[in-house]
Amino acid sequence: MKKFDAKENANIGLLAGIIALSVSVIGMVEAFDQRDIITDYFSLGQLLLFAAPMIAGYYVAVRYERDANKVILSSGAFAGFLSAIPLVGLLGLTSIWPTIRDSFVNISPDLLEILTAGQKLSIGGVRLLILMSAMGAIGAVIYLIPTKYIRPFFFAFFLTLGLGVFSDVLLNILRPMLPRAILRFLFGTKGITLATTIIAFIIALISVMYWDATGQDKYQKWKAEQTTAQRSTTQKASVGAGMLLLLVLPLILGTYLTEVVDNVGLYILMGFGLNIVVGFAGLLDLGYVAFFAIGAYTMGILTSTGGLGGAHLSFWVALPIAVGAAIIAGVILGIPVLGMRGDYLAIVTLGFGEIIRVLATSDLLKETIGGAQGVLQIPKPQLMGYALIQPQQSYYLILAGVIVAIYVSWRMRDSRAGRRWMAMREDEDVAEAMGIHLISTKLLAFGMGAAFSGLAGAIFAARLGSVFPHSFSLLISINVLSLIIVGGIGSLPGVVVGALVLVGLPELLREFAEYRMLLYGALLVAMMLVRPEGLWPSSISKRELTDNK
Amino acid sequence: MALLEVKDVHAYYGNIQALEGISLTVNEGEVVSLIGGNGAGKTTTLRAISGLMPLRSGSIIFDGEDLSKYKAHELVSKGIAMVPEGRGVFARLTVEDNLDMGAYHRNDKDGIAADMERMYVLFPRLKERRTQLAGTMSGGEQQMLATARAMMSRPRLLLMDEPSMGLAPVLVELIFSTIAEIQKEGVTILLVEQNAHMALQVADRGYVLQTGEIVLSNSAKVLQHDPMVQKAYLGID
Repeated sequence: MKKFDAKENANIGLLAGIIALSVSVIGMVEAFDQRDIITDYFSLGQLLLFAAPMIAGYYVAVRYERDANKVILSSGAFAGFLSAIPLVGLLGLTSIWPTIRDSFVNISPDLLEILTAGQKLSIGGVRLLILMSAMGAIGAVIYLIPTKYIRPFFFAFFLTLGLGVFSDVLLNILRPMLPRAILRFLFGTKGITLATTIIAFIIALISVMYWDATGQDKYQKWKAEQTTAQRSTTQKASVGAGMLLLLVLPLILGTYLTEVVDNVGLYILMGFGLNIVVGFAGLLDLGYVAFFAIGAYTMGILTSTGGLGGAHLSFWVALPIAVGAAIIAGVILGIPVLGMRGDYLAIVTLGFGEIIRVLATSDLLKETIGGAQGVLQIPKPQLMGYALIQPQQSYYLILAGVIVAIYVSWRMRDSRAGRRWMAMREDEDVAEAMGIHLISTKLLAFGMGAAFSGLAGAIFAARLGSVFPHSFSLLISINVLSLIIVGGIGSLPGVVVGALVLVGLPELLREFAEYRMLLYGALLVAMMLVRPEGLWPSSISKRELTDNK
Repeated sequence: MALLEVKDVHAYYGNIQALEGISLTVNEGEVVSLIGGNGAGKTTTLRAISGLMPLRSGSIIFDGEDLSKYKAHELVSKGIAMVPEGRGVFARLTVEDNLDMGAYHRNDKDGIAADMERMYVLFPRLKERRTQLAGTMSGGEQQMLATARAMMSRPRLLLMDEPSMGLAPVLVELIFSTIAEIQKEGVTILLVEQNAHMALQVADRGYVLQTGEIVLSNSAKVLQHDPMVQKAYLGID
C-alpha cells in the first residue's frame, strides 16, 4: 500500500484521541502527573497523554512499506493531529460550560494546566494540536528506524523509562551507597535528571548495539569453546551468584521494598500451587483462595495467644498442620468435582471459595474462629530464639518456601505424575485408555496445589499477626490465576515473572491504586492480544504458537 | 478359544437405549470388523468393551475373565488397547512423549525403548517427526501415532474406532495395510468402521450393526457378497 488513506488514518487517530480524552477525564493524567520521569521536564501523566498519538502514529505507519517515507510521515502526523481533536474539544467545552466540573469532577484546573501548559485555552489548544501531530509523526518515524537499530532503541527507551518511573525505588537503594553529590546529579526532586536520562539512554543504546554487532558472537564462541567441565562450573557459579544475590537482597532493598518482595513471594508460592492445578493438570480452579484461608486460620488458631487460641503451639509445629489441613481440604473439594470438566468445575470451585469466606465471616463459627473479628495475637515465628519480626526476617522464611515450591514443581513436572497430569489435561478419555487412574491423578493435583496455598496462608497469618475473613476475597483467586496466565501458563519462571508484574509493580505504583483494576484489565486484554503465550512461556506453549507459522 | 466375548450387552445414554443386546466374539489372532451406519452403536460397543461406558445388563469376557470388575484404566494392563475415534493424540506433547504415554503402565525401560524403535520401523514417518508436537501433524500422521501409541502398551486386543475417518484415500490404504502388519505380529484387532469396503477387505469376520442390534454376522468374504450389505454399505445395487 502506497497511498495516503485518510479514512483509515482518521479512524486510528480519533480512536487514540478518545482514549487520551478518557484517561484525562477520569483523572488518570492528573494523578500520574504527580510522578516525574525526568525532573521538571516530563511526567508520567504527559507520557500517558502523548503515548496515544505516538502509538497511533506507529500503528498507522506499519501498514506501509518502509520506503514510503513521505506518506508514512504525513499519515503519522495526520493521525496525531486527529488524536488531539477530542482533547481540544474538551478545552473548548470548558470555556462555554464553566460548571462542567459539577458533572465531571476530574476536569480540574490542574488537568487543564497540564493540557495547555499553563497557557490560555486558545493558545494551549493550538499547542496541543501541534505537539500531538509531532508525536504522531515521531511514532511513525520510529517505524522507519532501520531494523538494526530498532532493538537497541526500544531497549534503551524502555530502560530509561523504567529508571524514570521507578526513580524513588532506585534512590532508596542507592542512597546508602553513593555520596550525596553524585545522587544529586543523578536524581531530581522527583524522577531522574535530564543528564541521567541522556546518559542512560546513550549507554543502553550503545551497549545493545555492541552486543548485537559483536558481543553476541563473541559470547557464543566463548560458550562453544568451553569444555563440559568448564560449562558445569560456569553454571554452578551463576546459580551460586544468583543465590547469593537472593540472600543479600533484603539488605540492599531496605524495609519497605522487602515488604513488597515478601508480598510478591507469597503470591509466587500460591502461583506455583495453582500452576500445578491449572497449568499442569488443566483443572480450572477459581476458589483457590479457600486453601490460603484454611492455611492462615489453622496457623492462627493453633498458635494464637489471644482468647481464641488454646493450643499455643509454636509456628514450626503448626506449619505442617496448616499445610496438612489445606491438603485435606483440597482433596475434599476434589472428590465431588471428579466428574466435572471445564466451566462446571470452575463454577463449583468458585462456590467453594465463597463458602469458606462466608463461613469465616459468619456467626456460626464465631466461637472457634472469631467471625468478622478474626483471630488476633498470633505470635511471630521464632527461629533459634529470635522472633522473625522485620520484613527482612520473614523474607528468608518466604524465600525458603518459594525454593521448596520451585524444586517440588520442577521435579513433579518431569516425573510420571507430571506426565499423568499433562495427558489428563490434553484428553481425559484417552488418558484413561492409556491406563491413567483419573481419580488419583486429579486428587494429587488438587492436594499439591492446596499444599502450597496453605503454606502461603500459614506464613501470611504469622507475618501479619492476625487473620480476618475479608483478606480472603475472590480477588485473590483471580489475581493468582491472572499472574500465571500473564507469566505463561504451565511455566515455572512464568509464575515468578507474573507475580513481579501483577503484584510487585502495583505495589511500587501505590499512589495510583485507584486505577489499579483499570490498568489490570487493560494489561490482561493487551497481553492476550499481543502475547497470548505469556511473558515467559513454557516450551510447549511457545512451540504451539510458533510451530504453525 | 474366544479371546473376547460380548454377551447380550445392553447400554443406555440417559433414557435412550444405545445397545439392545449385542453379542459378538473375537478369536485370538483375528481381525474382526464392526460395520454399520451413523448411530448404529459401533462406537458405543467399543466404549462398553473398554470400560468407558457402563453396562445396564450383559457381560464382557476377556481371556476368560469378566471385565466388569475392572475400571477403564486397569484394562491396559490386562492387554486391551484403544485407538480412539478422531485419533485423540495428546496434541501438546511431542510424538515421542505420546508414545511414552502409551507405555505408561509398563516399567521395563529397555522393552519400551525397543518397542519404540519397532514403531519407528512400522511407521517411518513418525521417526522423522519424533520431536514435533502431535497436534501440528496431518490427520494421517496423527492416526499413525494413535495406532503406534496403542501398540506401545503391548496389547493382545487392539480396539480401533474409525481409523479411516477424515483421511485421504491414499492414507486410508496405508492405515489398512498397517492393520494387516499388526495382525501378523499376533495382535487381535476389533475394528469399527463406516468404510465397509476397506473394513471387510482386511477382516477375517464381520458384524453388521443397525440401531443397537447385530443384524448380520459372517466371514468377511461372505459379507462382501451379501446383497443387503452391498446395497446398504458398499453402494452396489
